[in-house]
Amino acid sequence: MITAVDVVDVSKRFRLYRAKYQSLKERVLHAGNNPHEDFWALRDVSFGVAEGETVGILGRNGSGKSTLLKCVSGILQPTGGKVVVRGQLAALLELGAGFQPDLTGRENIYLNASLLGLNTKEVERRFDEIVAFAELEQFIDNQVRFYSSGMYVRLGFAVAVNVDPDVLVVDEVLAVGDENFQRKCLARIKEFQDDGRTILFVTHSPELVRQVCDRAVVLDGGRVVGIAEAAEAIHLYHERLLQLGAMAEVGVEAEATVQSASRRVRLGEVVVEHPGSGSRPYLLPGEWLTVQVPFEAVESIPEVIFAITLRSTNGDVVFSSNTEELGQHLEAPVGTGRVDFTFDRVPLLEGAFDIGIAATDKRGVVLDVADQAARFEVMNPGHATGMLALDLRAEMRSSILG
Amino acid sequence: MSEAQATATAEERAPGVVELKSETAALPETLRVRAERAAARGPKPTRVVAARGNLRLRLIELWRARELLNFLVRKEIKVKYKNSFLGFLWSMLNPALTLAVFYVIFTFFLPNGIPSFVIYMFSAFLLWNLFQTSVIFGTTSVVGNAGIVKKVAFPREILALAAVGASVVFFLFQAIVMVGFLVGFRHVPDWPLLWLLPLALVAIVVFAAALSVFLSAVNVYLRDTQHLVEVLLMAWFWAVPGIYAFSGRVHTGLVKHTLFGIPGTHLIWLYFANPLTPPVMTFQRVLYNITHAHSTVAPHGPLQVMSGYGTMWYLSSDLIVIGVSLALLLLALVVFGRLEGNFAEEL
Repeated sequence: MITAVDVVDVSKRFRLYRAKYQSLKERVLHAGNNPHEDFWALRDVSFGVAEGETVGILGRNGSGKSTLLKCVSGILQPTGGKVVVRGQLAALLELGAGFQPDLTGRENIYLNASLLGLNTKEVERRFDEIVAFAELEQFIDNQVRFYSSGMYVRLGFAVAVNVDPDVLVVDEVLAVGDENFQRKCLARIKEFQDDGRTILFVTHSPELVRQVCDRAVVLDGGRVVGIAEAAEAIHLYHERLLQLGAMAEVGVEAEATVQSASRRVRLGEVVVEHPGSGSRPYLLPGEWLTVQVPFEAVESIPEVIFAITLRSTNGDVVFSSNTEELGQHLEAPVGTGRVDFTFDRVPLLEGAFDIGIAATDKRGVVLDVADQAARFEVMNPGHATGMLALDLRAEMRSSILG
Repeated sequence: MSEAQATATAEERAPGVVELKSETAALPETLRVRAERAAARGPKPTRVVAARGNLRLRLIELWRARELLNFLVRKEIKVKYKNSFLGFLWSMLNPALTLAVFYVIFTFFLPNGIPSFVIYMFSAFLLWNLFQTSVIFGTTSVVGNAGIVKKVAFPREILALAAVGASVVFFLFQAIVMVGFLVGFRHVPDWPLLWLLPLALVAIVVFAAALSVFLSAVNVYLRDTQHLVEVLLMAWFWAVPGIYAFSGRVHTGLVKHTLFGIPGTHLIWLYFANPLTPPVMTFQRVLYNITHAHSTVAPHGPLQVMSGYGTMWYLSSDLIVIGVSLALLLLALVVFGRLEGNFAEEL
């Protein structure tokens, strides 16, 4: 397979100056003594993108994604290493970058397209298409300064996707525009893929990576953490976020409740089991899941109710139930015991989920509670998106007209 | 958890690069089809982004972006006079007014005796204005277009060249005014030597381009440059025979002095070391065209306004300026290439 973009040991250092001396006087006064810290935005990043492949770049804020794209597109020069790009490259780092507010939409199309490397004849040929894509037919001869931000962005995207590049570099720009326009952009990107164009794609949205990318590079702290197929990479990305606690900001309330609980029953370390336990840290949609809740009863409780709650990482309750609702009347004598909750099938599609466990007596007095007793992750190997793994079939019925 | 602890755990857990295997089929079929379609779109140029770009590649990329130059020049012109009532007429009014001021001063208050002084002065002014606006616009071109420089990849030296290009367009507007003056004053240029004009024009344009490219890059790092340039240009103006007569003042003046033991008769090269002088004198030779002038002030004796040099002198000195300027331009492009790497960060 031919490599379209080859990133070889790319490093990029930024100098962070405590004070920026930009005038001659300051430079002379502080000659040789300009306090700065070296900050490596990228460290030895290497990967290859095959022709026709779509590769996503995932990472938290400040992980070096945008710097990498700027190095690939030639806006920044790497401090070390090199990037080899085969074919015409168009970079969409900011929609409408370089638009001149004083010029009309028409003039800006020509200027912007030639900035992106398209020649005049090509622009003329595609002009109507660009205008139609941007839905700006009535306003094309107005000055761009009078455009709404939506119009501005639409025009920017319309020009960029009509540049006809072999390699398209996209940075987060799809997050703008209304839903309808986003759909249009995605359709356009699919078209690009079908033409065998190479796409490099930075985004925060794992959903988008899943929908669009073949593979993804996960960056963290300027280094490559992993290069894998989209689904695996998304998992890796989630894992990174979990490690650094970026996603865990939900359980603050829980701590308070635990203290107020009477602790006549004490919950132990909750264990999660699934078909892949031991071999992989996630389960696939539709697999079974067992949550083992060990406990210790300090005093005998004649009727105890164990409740389980599944929450998504943003705190929404996905599922909640308890042993009473299941028709089980449990009695806890003094000593230790264990409750196993089993889901025969977990129809979740994607994401990390917190398991909350609570033990109450029959009057509802909380005995012990752990809002984030455990966490499990579901990884979607397919291309569907959303939260639920619903069974889906499609059939087509056509009737032939006599 | 303390901050130190947090970093420690993060580092502890940081694994090397893991190549994970997916359980899903990788759709190699679609990828293969796409690769074929990619190949079907024909051969593609390879571009390397690395810490150093070489001059040959720069020139190739510059050539590929020539249409962009055209659009950027148009942009400069349109944007500059977009919302003004008189529009591009200002590009003619501005020098015309300066001309009028100088005319009044040097005809009535400090008479220098040069006949048809307006034509003499305007011949120099045309080129000087071209040079001055090029360099002033050129110096701020990269900083002024920071928005594009930070977001779009293209050969950035084109911004400086566009500034020169826009100045050439303004020059052409002013040349129309000059034609008007020539007709109005019934002043006859030296028709057989008209072919020298484009040569002198090229010399100035290449020299201005070299300076603009160099200064535009330097100005990113040292913002003083733009102010310094304006001051230096003001001094530079007087080094060009625009409002004084070359032969009447410079030549006779220099002959009287010696510098580091060099006799005055040889010092004239110092004056011609200014790359602007030969092209400006060429314009005067062709457009002013009064080789045997008489002073307009008493005692109205003969006044040698222009040098007595022959056509070959004008031709060769213009060619030398072009040659030197081309070398400077290449040098400026190399320097620009070196400095360009950090533009996006410095802006």
